[in-house]
Amino acid sequence: MRKVVFRGMKADEKRNRVLWCSIAVVALVIALALSLKGSKGLQWVISGLTVGSIYALVAMGFSIIYASTRVINFAQGEFSMLGGMLMYTFSSQVGLPAWLSFILAVTVVTALGAGFERAVIHRMEGASVVALIIVTIGFSIFIRAVAKWIWGTDPVKIAAFLGEEPLRFLGASIVPQSFWVFGFTAVAVILVFLFFNRTLPGKGMRAAAGNPDAASLVGVSTSTSSLLAWTMAAALGAAAGIIIAPINFAAYSFGVMLGLKGFAAAILGGLGSAPGAVVGGLILGVLEIMTAGAFPSGYKDAVAFLIIILVLLVRPQGLLGKPEGEKV
Amino acid sequence: MVRRGIGLKLPVVLLCLMVAVSLVAFGCGESGEKEVYNIGAVLSLSGPAAPLGQPEQRSLMLLEEQINADGGIDGHQVSFIIEDDESEPAKANTAVTKLINQDEVAAIIGGSTTGSTLAMAEVTEKSKIPQVCCAGGTKVTQPVKEYVYRTPPSDAMAIEKLLGYVENELKIKKIAVLHDANAYGTGGADELQSKCGDYGIEIIARESYGSTDTSMVGQLTKIQGTDAEAVVVWGTNPGPASIAKNMKELNMAIPMMASHGIANKKFIELAGEAANGVTFPGGRLLIPESIPEGSEWRKAVDDFSKLYKNEYDLDIDTFAAHGWDAGLIITDAMKEAGTDSEKLNQAIEKTKGLVGIDGIYTYSSTDHDGLSVDDMIIIIVENGEWTFHGAEAEPVN
Repeated sequence: MRKVVFRGMKADEKRNRVLWCSIAVVALVIALALSLKGSKGLQWVISGLTVGSIYALVAMGFSIIYASTRVINFAQGEFSMLGGMLMYTFSSQVGLPAWLSFILAVTVVTALGAGFERAVIHRMEGASVVALIIVTIGFSIFIRAVAKWIWGTDPVKIAAFLGEEPLRFLGASIVPQSFWVFGFTAVAVILVFLFFNRTLPGKGMRAAAGNPDAASLVGVSTSTSSLLAWTMAAALGAAAGIIIAPINFAAYSFGVMLGLKGFAAAILGGLGSAPGAVVGGLILGVLEIMTAGAFPSGYKDAVAFLIIILVLLVRPQGLLGKPEGEKV
Repeated sequence: MVRRGIGLKLPVVLLCLMVAVSLVAFGCGESGEKEVYNIGAVLSLSGPAAPLGQPEQRSLMLLEEQINADGGIDGHQVSFIIEDDESEPAKANTAVTKLINQDEVAAIIGGSTTGSTLAMAEVTEKSKIPQVCCAGGTKVTQPVKEYVYRTPPSDAMAIEKLLGYVENELKIKKIAVLHDANAYGTGGADELQSKCGDYGIEIIARESYGSTDTSMVGQLTKIQGTDAEAVVVWGTNPGPASIAKNMKELNMAIPMMASHGIANKKFIELAGEAANGVTFPGGRLLIPESIPEGSEWRKAVDDFSKLYKNEYDLDIDTFAAHGWDAGLIITDAMKEAGTDSEKLNQAIEKTKGLVGIDGIYTYSSTDHDGLSVDDMIIIIVENGEWTFHGAEAEPVN
């Protein structure tokens, strides 16, 4: 049995987290400052933060489901892929306005996530976490196959929400879509953090994962919290896929890459922590661009993942994760 | 061709001719007097390479229909038996074994990708069955394999075309190469590196990216820091489209060149405005106006284009051309050699001046590529359209 830990309630633990958060951010900034070569370093940071924000959103999806059910949802990347492809269908094929397409695409994916939870995960009550994880892998393969069948293999283009003309400052440039990415990520992380740490249902969901029996005893429904977690994760994933699509296109196969990077970001930041997901995602994004720019680019993934492994050796629970509750 | 050892007598020839003519005229196929010529094909009809295999299949179906409607080959109906390798080389290997052993085909068409083609070549070389592939990888014909031929312009040819353009038209000496880390991209970059010296060109930066990478800004800022005068991108969609967009974002003034892997409208659709100014080597059929008017080749392209449009309501692309040409090369050789694999192989190797869609094919014992560099042109994207600058050498017959 795991000890029930309510984060945000213990002052010392909170301080601890804030400390790690600041250390991580400071380390990031120092690393960047060191690599600043004129405008080049700034450009890496801007591009890296854009890509990293998307990893962060996907990572948050992983974390929400993990924090509430201890399941790692390997179909998380496919939610993003579906978001992008549905956005293409609604905005480019059907011709609806962007805002309406956005809402529709997110709604469809959210319904799919919730439906899957009810139809499969919910019915597997009592199954081991490993069994559930394998089911999510199967689900991801299923989604990919259906997406390929519907949309084909070619990547598609989605128009940027606010033009494509890059803005320039201090010798670096930024595409307007990046602001949407930053803004959405910031709002999402704040809402998710507040929900899990400041509201009763959010705390209940975490309790349901930490100790399902005890949570049930005090009136928290594990079934409801699982449904809620899947719904939120699907919505976040879909939104992430939609806002990155104008920068990076969309294709049936993109979910695998997003899922992998998002998962790595979640592990780096600390699985189960929303601010951790953001820190992990941003670091991974900037690292990728920086290593491609500073090392022979063939090694860029190797370098990025080596750094992640080193971090995890020192801090196995991730940058902002808390150690697993002790077994009693 | 002279048939050795047989004294040809005029009456016999006449008799043969009459029989042949009457067979054609009265429809030989109906009672199956003459056996059907079976030709096997292994194409990527599903999986990631499906955009290649599907148009190839469409062309073969059209060609089969056309040949049979015209009376077949010497009265023999033709049948293309098409198998799907699901874009996996291992499955291509299995499929070609089945075609040779079970269906006893006389020749093989395919595969759609270099990987599948090489996997199939292991079988065809051993069984001594001629194979005409639709893949561009240099390894397919270098070194020459006795039974393996190709229809598309090879990657090596595209590189020669591109380097020639860099040397003679752009007149620059220093280029950067940015390639996909997959087999296609790495192979192209290696080839560029080994050939560029012949053109007095130096590669001063060689960078790679992953096929699904989100941003290539890191690599491009590095290239920006060198004195490269052009970037050559070797990969297929969507990578080059992302790079075109990133280059515009970074305000890079040097031109972007790319491989024939972006010779499709998808690239322009994805890259949008950033596609303008990008140049790449491509087959002349992409811009039929680049083929001299009134020539046999131009007529072949126009006819094929019309036929394809009528049947499928689609515009032809390079892959449709590869499929058609592969079928054409084999059936043309069959006119002379029939279905004996050994004779057929010799006949294919002797193909000379055969007008296809991709170009004009001439094979020899040292050249199984068939086409020549002049069958390609340098294409420039202008205002979202393909154009060519007209100063190209005439294609040689």
